[in-house]
Amino acid sequence: MTKSSEGTRLSVASSPHIAAPTTCTNIMLWVVAALAPAAIWSMASIGWPAVQVFMLCIGSALATEAAWNAIAKKPQTLTDGSALVTGVLLAMCMPPMVPWWMSIAAGVIAIGLGKMIFGGLGWNLFNPALVGRAFVLMSWAGVLSKLPEKGWFQTLDVPAKGSLDAISGATRLAVAAADRAAAGGYRFDLAAQYEPLLWRNLQGSLGEVSAALLILGGLILLAKGIIDWRVPAGYIGTMGLLSWVFGSDPIFNVLAGGVLLGAFFMATDYVSSPMTKNGKLVFGIGCGVFNTVGRFFGPSPESTTFAILFMNGLAPLIDKMFTPRTFGWVKSDEE
Amino acid sequence: MSKAAFKGGVHPPEHKEATAALPIEWMPVPTRLVVPMSQHLGAPCAPLVAAGDRVHRGQLIGSVDAMVSAPVHSPVNGEVASVGTCLTAGGMRVPCVTITPDTEQDLRSFAPVPDGDVRATVRAAGIVGLGGATFPSAVKLSPPKGVEVGTVILNGCECEPYLTCDHRLMVESADRVVAGARIMADTIGAKRVVIGVEENKPDAIAALRAEAGDGIEVRSLVTRYPQGAEKQLIWAFLKKEVPHGKLPAAAGALVHNVATAAAIADAVDLRKPLTERVVTVTGRVARPGNYRVLLGTLVSDLIEFAGGFSGEVGRVVAGGPMTGPALADLDVPVSKGTSGIVVFGPDEIAPLVEGDQPCIRCGRCSEGCPMFLQPFLIGTHANRRDWTSAELFHPVDCIECGVCSYVCPTRRPLLQLIRLAKAAVMAKGERL
Repeated sequence: MTKSSEGTRLSVASSPHIAAPTTCTNIMLWVVAALAPAAIWSMASIGWPAVQVFMLCIGSALATEAAWNAIAKKPQTLTDGSALVTGVLLAMCMPPMVPWWMSIAAGVIAIGLGKMIFGGLGWNLFNPALVGRAFVLMSWAGVLSKLPEKGWFQTLDVPAKGSLDAISGATRLAVAAADRAAAGGYRFDLAAQYEPLLWRNLQGSLGEVSAALLILGGLILLAKGIIDWRVPAGYIGTMGLLSWVFGSDPIFNVLAGGVLLGAFFMATDYVSSPMTKNGKLVFGIGCGVFNTVGRFFGPSPESTTFAILFMNGLAPLIDKMFTPRTFGWVKSDEE
Repeated sequence: MSKAAFKGGVHPPEHKEATAALPIEWMPVPTRLVVPMSQHLGAPCAPLVAAGDRVHRGQLIGSVDAMVSAPVHSPVNGEVASVGTCLTAGGMRVPCVTITPDTEQDLRSFAPVPDGDVRATVRAAGIVGLGGATFPSAVKLSPPKGVEVGTVILNGCECEPYLTCDHRLMVESADRVVAGARIMADTIGAKRVVIGVEENKPDAIAALRAEAGDGIEVRSLVTRYPQGAEKQLIWAFLKKEVPHGKLPAAAGALVHNVATAAAIADAVDLRKPLTERVVTVTGRVARPGNYRVLLGTLVSDLIEFAGGFSGEVGRVVAGGPMTGPALADLDVPVSKGTSGIVVFGPDEIAPLVEGDQPCIRCGRCSEGCPMFLQPFLIGTHANRRDWTSAELFHPVDCIECGVCSYVCPTRRPLLQLIRLAKAAVMAKGERL
């Protein structure tokens, strides 16, 4: 009698034999999907210059990773989706009027010096997109401060205040910082800035166009279980609380600048943030502290980049502090 | 009463619907039984019969004089065809007795196990942990002197996906399960008996509660793998951790599988040796079911009885998909630890990943680990064969549930790497 099982070729492997459906590529694509509403809205609001920044940042990030792997004779890794995430995030922390070569340079540095030189995905200490942004900020501060104005979208229409005229190309954050430095209070009502910051803020980088859509993206990642609430909660909570302590409007300070992009999409980067739950909370709080202190007392109100990069450096130590105790490693009753 | 649970774990798709409602059905006696002499953890038995001998159902055909062992009985009346060796589902080559069963069988009768106290009876009946661990039950019923075991916990979690054999046994033989629990509690002097069942089996919980009566708690547990792991189950009920390197008795608990309890009740009340068990055959077979199978039945015969393969087959697993071994050869016998035969299509199994995959430090493995280990770190050190560093992260405490490999988004073979580290660390300990 022949059995139906005879002649069947069976594959054999060590248990477990099933795997959860979530893959690295899934996760990365969900991050891109969560960024998409804010990214698309920024392109729709600003137009071609924004599209160009996205294309150049993403293109150079992908090309750098492909070229690095080819030169190092390593398997290609573009399909893991992480270079795409870096490219999108990088574009979102660039202002729309940057010269084309600066977008490309940022992408090359982000992937090359931010990730591949450490050994590729998983081995980098710092968030690659923030490495790219930090490099641009430090190398070409002069170029960035004199970006050309393009018609309607660069000039913030705010009343002059005493000797301070309308600041060319300024962000709301820069205006608020200048007013804090001078006496006589803010020239505009901070609470009146919520609405433009939430929906249509055309001053600043591409990731600042709509705070509301960034929050939506963050909620998507939280709902999908891709990010843990502890990082954004620690970050945003601390930012709001400390801003209030320093005598400013907490909601304005959370909505303005890079805080939401940083808290939901950058400080939550798996590779460069702690893995332990308590570590995540501490990390988020640390980001909030350095971001607020930098904003109120540092040289620039835009301190998100360096706050997160600094905490990235501390992440391994934070994890070490919160290493879980192995189950069963308790004092036995008999001892 | 609130639902109990452990910390960590995952909830893979259950896939129990194909067989959960199907009553246990006897598989007819096959034309050949290959009875392994090692169906338990511990010293293998020596065959007591020779080719040509007549054997009777329940007759002792293999035994060994060792503390940690369990004797083997003939499941049928028949003739010994040969005494040799066979492969087990786990891939080991062990001594075996091949029996040609008589064409006429009365499975209701059997040679009774000799009279004796509960421990002697359980041992003589060859009862081992039927959840899959196959540790000799009589040994577990003899806790070290001076250790007080206050609680007997029966494990009816069946947290592995696909398997429903314990579920059906609890529904159909709740009285036997409860009787077994009482016998165990009386034997070791435990005051409390808790039967733990995952909440996805409400009919089993109801059936057990109807039988339980005073003094036996039937408690539902959150459906989460590995809820049925011994240390995790003890924690769920007693909130006590079994200390590193100690037996569950150190936490005041004794854990047995529900099927083991039923077998113990049969051995004590009916003097019945262990000669068959319930096996869930499911996945890509034409007739999935819960079958009562004589020990020594070849998996190929069992699959044939279950209607044969349906659709393309990629892998056959003995037991659940999280911990069971994959079969390279289907002509291996069902033994005391075989809780299921799960047939997977090529598209249903975890893909084989070539080369080193990066850890993206997502933390899913640490979050899921029921032993609170950091599998990604042990994996990274094991990849470099750096056993000294790996040891710092306690690979020896790994219970090999497979959660880390299951959840890893880059599909790192974390459990395999931890097994390597565990073996290396344990070998180092032995050298010292």
